[in-house]
Amino acid sequence: MTPELGQLALVLAFLLAVAQGTLPLWGAWRGNRALMAVARPAAAGQAVFVTMAFAILAWAFMHFDFSVQYVADNSNLTLPWYYRFAAVWGAHEGSLLLWVLILDVWTVALLFFGTRLPEVFFARVLGVMGLVSVGFLAFLVFTSNPFGRLLPEPPNGADLNPVLQDPGMALHPPVLYMGYVGFSVAFAFSIAALLSGEVEQKWVRWARPWTNAAWGFLTLGIVAGSHWAYHVLGWGGWWFWDPVENASFMPWLAGAALIHAQAITEKRGGLRAWTLLLSIFAFALSLLGTFLVRSGVLTSVHAFASDPRRGVYILIYLVIVVGGSLLLYALRAPKMTASKPFNIVSRETALLIGNLMLISAAAMVMLGTLFPLIGDALHLGRISVGPPYFGLLFPLLMIPVVALMPLGPFLGWGDADRDQITSILIRIGIAAAACALLTAFLTQGTFKAILGVASLTWIGIGVLLYAYKRYRTAPRGRRYPAEMAGMLLAHFGVAVFVAGVLLSESLSVTHDVRLAPGQTKEIAGYSFQFNGVHRVTGPNYRADQGVVTVSRDGSTIAVMHPQKRTYSNEQVQTESAINGGVFRDLYVALGEPMDPKNIEGAWALRLYYKPFVSWIWIGGLFMMCGGFVCAADKRFRIKRIASEVTPAGLVVEPQESAA
Amino acid sequence: MAMNPSRKRRLTILSVIVVASALAISVGVYALQQNMNYLFTPSQVLGGQAHSYKTFRLGGMVKAGSIKRSETSLDVHFTVVDADGAMPVEYTGILPDLFRDDQSVIATGHMDGHHFVATEVLAKHDETYMPKELKEAMAKAHAGKPGLGSRE
Repeated sequence: MTPELGQLALVLAFLLAVAQGTLPLWGAWRGNRALMAVARPAAAGQAVFVTMAFAILAWAFMHFDFSVQYVADNSNLTLPWYYRFAAVWGAHEGSLLLWVLILDVWTVALLFFGTRLPEVFFARVLGVMGLVSVGFLAFLVFTSNPFGRLLPEPPNGADLNPVLQDPGMALHPPVLYMGYVGFSVAFAFSIAALLSGEVEQKWVRWARPWTNAAWGFLTLGIVAGSHWAYHVLGWGGWWFWDPVENASFMPWLAGAALIHAQAITEKRGGLRAWTLLLSIFAFALSLLGTFLVRSGVLTSVHAFASDPRRGVYILIYLVIVVGGSLLLYALRAPKMTASKPFNIVSRETALLIGNLMLISAAAMVMLGTLFPLIGDALHLGRISVGPPYFGLLFPLLMIPVVALMPLGPFLGWGDADRDQITSILIRIGIAAAACALLTAFLTQGTFKAILGVASLTWIGIGVLLYAYKRYRTAPRGRRYPAEMAGMLLAHFGVAVFVAGVLLSESLSVTHDVRLAPGQTKEIAGYSFQFNGVHRVTGPNYRADQGVVTVSRDGSTIAVMHPQKRTYSNEQVQTESAINGGVFRDLYVALGEPMDPKNIEGAWALRLYYKPFVSWIWIGGLFMMCGGFVCAADKRFRIKRIASEVTPAGLVVEPQESAA
Repeated sequence: MAMNPSRKRRLTILSVIVVASALAISVGVYALQQNMNYLFTPSQVLGGQAHSYKTFRLGGMVKAGSIKRSETSLDVHFTVVDADGAMPVEYTGILPDLFRDDQSVIATGHMDGHHFVATEVLAKHDETYMPKELKEAMAKAHAGKPGLGSRE
């Protein structure tokens, strides 16, 4: 009976979403406060019912209710409870349910933190969120019911895709969705602003913390996904320019551009139309990401079995949302409003160039990702675009971004103290050159390593110099407002990330070797001794587990246990063994036995020495912190209670911040 | 026509944008051209369709019993087949987890004489799932040759 309750909850949530998506917008249009007042309870009710549905599905997984098709397809009796819980979003239906649940998490957050928004504006924001929700709930209710029954009930279920049976996977989808879906808030704000006609500068200030928080989550989601790929999927790679990865990277790039465009609009009043457009883009790219991952239109190294018919539904939804909002944008976007004038050498210019580069990068990634579809439509044959396309163009596009990043904070709004800029340029230039020279000497002139260290110094020293300048000149307690601290953290994260990428790419040593038990292979001063393979059993798999002893200068550093797992449904999964550190990772993965009948004999192994690889994720975490810290800035909180419908006279704050 | 400063500035900005985007587009198109990999099945390759591409992707099924490991190194030989053709493949390295007899694979690489030298071999994570593009390519290569029975 319970699963049917879950389905009922979804239907009720759908009806409430329809109410939330229509009545408040109608009320805001006609000035009817009773209709606008529907927004809150409808949104809250929808959230309650969606949570209920999610809980019921989770309960079905916990209690092995294999009469539910989705549960039977994605779990079995031997699957540990934590993976049964993660299995709730392990396939199509459940991941959609998670999508809606997270949309409701953001809506509830809006209900808490947005209470001081002007009534009409708030009604419109919730209305737009409701409309977004309607699309996904309709999808769930009409095409992808997670509560469909399987009769007669099978004694045991299939299995969760073994690729997903990993701690990283429990974290990755919810966090990534927090990011994707979080952009719906900025989207709803911008649509509400467009609907209200007069595009207020204030809406941008209200939207900023939401954008920053969503971007922080998206960063964490991508970092988690990348790290998961590193040790489960990727044989030691951390990014493959795969369609599914690109799907999450495009909204990230657009989000980064949006964060900076919002800063300009809020502080200087310029770029209003551009900021609105970017808000729409960021959310549209999130939807596109969902579409690409869920439809299976593209061949991806980790496209999970999916159903093209459902892809068509998401595509139609995407066209309606994007087409509708662009139409609204075309009708209502502000005419070229005069922003405060700015000089060529100014913070505005730097931010504009950054924006241009980030959006070009997003467009470049999109072209490469969708090109197989375009080629197919034009009958050019079956094409895929190789990673070198992205690997060449992306760094090229990012050169100006990296070059300008340390200068940005020193540049003033509108104009800059050119002498100061010159002196900063000289200082970070000398520092970068000196470190580059040192690296050239240490690495025998490895180009990428030199570039990595130079970028690290260039951005890092720039960030530190600015932090020091604030420390000296600003009064105590006002030195680092959250907004600025967040910016410095995120920029520092970029420095660490770039260094991690370039250093690990240039200095890694990898060997695919064939080793018989007892044999040893030397890599970068570490000696890897293969001590054979034996059988072990896990809760729902059996594994061939290798023993590799790593030593350096005669002393043992690590004993590593890479595994080759065979899950209960005969799916095979490689579990690498990683001995991590701040400055290097040692990585061992089992390939295959040279003679399949004799697992105690020689094996193919992949051995890696990867210096600085963890900096990639550490840098990403810094960026994430930047997003969250920035979102917490007090300045973004709405000060005065907006009791009346008139939005005039709100939030007038004299405070000026240097960020 | 005399140019006032603001018009001149606008013109400068415009020309910078035009030059930059022209440059960006040409580099982009070049990179795209260099990295487009077409997918062919063995019979299409034997039919000469892959002739003009240096690097391409070979897709099909691993012929049962064709996987031969070297005794001393990581070299491996196997044969990729579709309904109407077979292509020997040479690869050095570790094969993916799901690589086995009768499994669909996509190998990236180039022709060397009459065999294919792979630099990357992909097999799918999901056993029941065959890449859509591969399925279609195999169906297309097989079209018009009735009575041979698809291996699918």
